Amino acid sequence: MSEKVLMKGNEAIAEAAIRAGCKHYFGYPITPQTEVAAYMAKKMPKIGGVFLQAESEIAAINMVYGVAGTGKRVMTSSSSPGVSLKQEGISYIAGSDLPALIVNVQRGGPGLGGIQPSQSDYFQATKGGGHGDYHLIVLAPDSVQEMADLTALAFDLADKYRMPSMLLADGTLGQMMEPVELPAESNNSVEKPWAVTGTECKRKHNIINSLYLKPEILEKTNFERYERYKEIEEKEPRYESFMMEDAEYCVVAFGIAARVSKNAVVAARKEGIKVGLIRPITLWPFPKKPLAEAAEKVKGFVSVELSMGQMIEDINLSTGCKKPVVLCNRAGGMIPDPEQVLKTIKALGGKE
Amino acid sequence: MKRISLFCGHYGSGKTNIAVNYAKYLKAQGLKTTIVDLDIVNPYFRTKDSEKELEDIGVRVISLPFANSNVDLPSIPAESYSVFNKKDEYAVFDIGGDDSGAYVLGRFAPYVKEEDDFDNFYVVNFNRPLTRSAEEAFEVLKEVENASHIPFTGIINNTNLGEETTAEGIILSNAEAMRLSDLSGLPVCLTTVRKDLAEEVDLPNVFGLELQKKYW
Repeated sequence: MSEKVLMKGNEAIAEAAIRAGCKHYFGYPITPQTEVAAYMAKKMPKIGGVFLQAESEIAAINMVYGVAGTGKRVMTSSSSPGVSLKQEGISYIAGSDLPALIVNVQRGGPGLGGIQPSQSDYFQATKGGGHGDYHLIVLAPDSVQEMADLTALAFDLADKYRMPSMLLADGTLGQMMEPVELPAESNNSVEKPWAVTGTECKRKHNIINSLYLKPEILEKTNFERYERYKEIEEKEPRYESFMMEDAEYCVVAFGIAARVSKNAVVAARKEGIKVGLIRPITLWPFPKKPLAEAAEKVKGFVSVELSMGQMIEDINLSTGCKKPVVLCNRAGGMIPDPEQVLKTIKALGGKE
Repeated sequence: MKRISLFCGHYGSGKTNIAVNYAKYLKAQGLKTTIVDLDIVNPYFRTKDSEKELEDIGVRVISLPFANSNVDLPSIPAESYSVFNKKDEYAVFDIGGDDSGAYVLGRFAPYVKEEDDFDNFYVVNFNRPLTRSAEEAFEVLKEVENASHIPFTGIINNTNLGEETTAEGIILSNAEAMRLSDLSGLPVCLTTVRKDLAEEVDLPNVFGLELQKKYW
């Protein structure tokens, strides 16, 4: 059979995680991410790994916290309401400087919302979600292939910077099937001298903790953590630039919205409208530089989102509000179609 | 051609697409046709997506009124039972994936077996990650059969790679399909192929498929 396989986005996440050396999965089913758990349930017992369906999302994230303390690669996955439940645990993991992967296959909200795709957890993913001063590295795939590739990258970055990372997808990417070339088995895990693995009476014991009794020490750890975040903001922003060379207008979109937008950009080009697209692949760190550069050249931006415009703040912060940003969106589980995006591009250009 | 056609198989094997195309094919033969959406597993990408297209050509579509909405319930439409009374209709059943999807058929198994005028197709795509070989596919086949309580009558080889499908890849997969046939004792009834590739696939019983359009 062929080298490539036909996978759902959710399955690709699970298989890529296993290939990245993740042998521990804790989760709780929720549409539209359940295939991640289902795949793990089938595969983990065969490879000597752990699949555990916890009694709740809160239990699952705390199990992740536990395994992360041992330095093993570990993950959980859920969808929007479930990810909200995990926020306390995520904050503890960040506060303990532990690497772990959290997958959010977003659905419409707020509240119980719906089961159709959405991108309305952008603020939660990129601005905190849980309490305290912390960040997640947030990666936003736009294809089944990237669901696999960015899962592996998310583990690597989490290990490298000793912090939790998040794969932020949506229901459509989770459910759609595309050919995918699975990454080779590789565990780029780094040395983890901090891990709780048993001292064998040969070293001082390690402590995993986010509680600090002295405020001076807690302050110091926060300052140190933010030094790391600064380094990440310098080194790790990732994005894709599409037809931007001579662009007079710039569409900004990530994930499924970027795929729809690309079709609109191609259609607009056919009509002679010079428009390009910048697709943030890392949502935190946000790719500020290419947007700031684009703001020097283009007349305006269109932010295409499956939310009420949560990314616009980051675009404006990147460009210093230099050029107008208009929103083209659907919400509550609906997806904009290329015609809607094209119409917005034209409207921005004063052509309609 | 039997009055009742059941399409079962592993998760994401292509059952819905084939069932929809098969219903259109029956209708094109001038037969009174009903399609029943019994997928209780997947709330995305369902028969419901083709409802208008099917109804426009006169295929009766039985699916839950809240399919494709935010109601995510593993329930089945009551109207499904009507196909066992309306014996002048040809009925196409789209069943959810894996054994967990096939359990719904257990409810209908007595009716199907009593009438004994059915095909129960096992749909397989050897490019799916958990059915890469005839052995793996056979394992799932047995799981599905145990859950549905209806014996399979044939295999449909739907091996594809989405947009990257090639005629060559499909032809190559035939050997695996024949091995599955040997293991299971079931004939390979159809090889389903995206319509534009159908002519290039030199295999017996090739069935051309129209795929659902998407804009991303």
